[in-house]
Amino acid sequence: MNKVIKYVWLDILQNRIVLAYTVFLLVVSATLFGMESNASKGLMSLLNIVLMVVPLISLIFTTIHFYNSYEFIELLLAQPINRSKLLLSEFAGVASSLVTAFLVGVGGPVLLYAPGSTGAALLAAGVALTLVFVALAFLASVCTRDKAKGIGLALLIWFYFGLLYDGLVLTILFSFSDYPLEKAMLVLTTLNPVDLARIFIMLQMDVSALMGYTGALYQEFFGSMTGSLYALGVMLVWAVVPVWLAVRVFAKKDL
Amino acid sequence: MKLLRYVLLLLFPLLASARTVVVGPSGPVHTIRQGLAQAAPFDTLLIQKGLYREINLMVDKPLVILGQNYPVVDGEKKGEIFTIRAADVTVQGLELRNVGRTSTIDWAAVKILSTRRVRVVGNRIRNAYFGVYMSASDNCLVRQNDIAGSPQEEQTTGNAIHAWKCDSLTILNNHIRGHRDGIYFEFVTHSTIRQNYSHGNIRYGLHFMFSHENSYFYNTFRENGAGVAVMYTRKVIMRHNHFEQNWGSAAYGLLLKDISDSQIEQNTFRKNTVGIHMEGTSRINCRNNRLTENGWGMRIQASCNDNVFSQNTFIANTFDVATNGTTVFNTFDRNYWDKYEGYDLNRDGRGDVPYHPVSLYSMIIEQMPHGVVLLRSFIVTLLDRAEKVIPSLTPEALVDANPLMKQP
Repeated sequence: MNKVIKYVWLDILQNRIVLAYTVFLLVVSATLFGMESNASKGLMSLLNIVLMVVPLISLIFTTIHFYNSYEFIELLLAQPINRSKLLLSEFAGVASSLVTAFLVGVGGPVLLYAPGSTGAALLAAGVALTLVFVALAFLASVCTRDKAKGIGLALLIWFYFGLLYDGLVLTILFSFSDYPLEKAMLVLTTLNPVDLARIFIMLQMDVSALMGYTGALYQEFFGSMTGSLYALGVMLVWAVVPVWLAVRVFAKKDL
Repeated sequence: MKLLRYVLLLLFPLLASARTVVVGPSGPVHTIRQGLAQAAPFDTLLIQKGLYREINLMVDKPLVILGQNYPVVDGEKKGEIFTIRAADVTVQGLELRNVGRTSTIDWAAVKILSTRRVRVVGNRIRNAYFGVYMSASDNCLVRQNDIAGSPQEEQTTGNAIHAWKCDSLTILNNHIRGHRDGIYFEFVTHSTIRQNYSHGNIRYGLHFMFSHENSYFYNTFRENGAGVAVMYTRKVIMRHNHFEQNWGSAAYGLLLKDISDSQIEQNTFRKNTVGIHMEGTSRINCRNNRLTENGWGMRIQASCNDNVFSQNTFIANTFDVATNGTTVFNTFDRNYWDKYEGYDLNRDGRGDVPYHPVSLYSMIIEQMPHGVVLLRSFIVTLLDRAEKVIPSLTPEALVDANPLMKQP
């Protein structure tokens, strides 16, 4: 398994996309911190990058990488290697390289300009989002044979979690505004990993606004032990379940 | 003859030559009650260091009650300590503690009743129900006192400095914490509140009602349960005050309800849930204030009119301004908004594009508080952008036509 991960790493280093991603994150974070007058505003701008760009890159890169190394996978499967082990190694290799890229690209500037709990929350959320979306991308790629279809599916996933889901939540909010929705909103928003990450960071950042009204409920929930465990649990489910499904599909797949 | 009478009158205090009555644990007079009985008007009662377990001390003649090295007067939670009914009394340098609590009488460490020119200076008040309580008294001074309570519930805790129906008070340089309201005024007029530090009170740092023509300068109100609330008052002047870290679902930096003809200038509002909340407020001049890192910089209800907001600085607030209606009768002019994205072609220091400080999302939250969970999500950013281009829900009239490019 370690050997396969090593080859995945070598392959990723060779095509330099991850390096470019690292440099991109580094430049963007450093510029944002340099441009804004105070570090908390820099973090705020960085929040959008983490919530939008990280999932997108994770999805697209993983999908393309999977299809590009299809032959390599086929070759390996000709050897006596367990299918699920192979896919897990692929996942581990891609996820670890993207997490490293994120930690170097965003973690460096954050540690430099805005060390503290908000920065730490941002990094934790970024790492979790990377894992979740790499997992989802694997599921999307093993489900389709066609590369274009796979990338399309990945984009659709991104679009859904990044934009559509919040739109749906907003619609529900509008249509049922006469009902006590606090608990429902809490559950709904945490079902989306992007929203969960956002709320997690926001609780560190916009404490004063969130403390009002509904915010107090969230503060109480996520501030408590159960809340943090729940958030961690939901994130884990989002990362583990797609990988598990992907492994199952891949094991039975006619290559 | 008349002149002679005045000269005599001027010399009279010299002739009277006030005595000093010494109260000490080892001396002949060892209780304050005895000392008060022996002292003649205009005497000085010098209280030496020690512990005096006494309650209900009635001061009914003009005296200077002076503590040496903070003698402790302990009420043992049985009642009130000093009740002052005479004019020209000074209470200075004492440590007053453990005032009793009842629900029928407002027992206080120092209670001043229907008199004038009383001075309460440099005392330490600990664990009192009410700290300094003034009722129907004029021209009193409360200065440099250090008042700390141990708050329980709102109902069983009194106010640190409480004034009812007074005129021309001076509240200066006090340090107040752990009471219900730090400073409470009702029907108080022409008074000055200056350089006080009021924090950690369970209700309001400062609370006044029906108290016209008072001035508040250089005070700091911090971490109070519900911030500062001022109501039903006109002609208030507030300058150079700090309102900080008043957090909570019902906490305000400054809550203005039915206030009119007032000046709010050069104050700092930092890290409050709501910096300034206005309701039924009119003809207020809000200038040169600094609002930073608040949840809402200002919340101006539609019931406010003819207020002027100019040269204020808004930095890093989650929402700069929120309102609950579409009609706006207030003026915003030449404020600095850190969220402003316009340009200044003619270089006069004012942006060429008007700034709309109310975002669509803040209007949504005003109607649906649960919506706060979508804060900073991509869709909300998109909606806000779209609203900026084609305004439909946000009040078009709430606009700063001359936003400043640099902080004033």
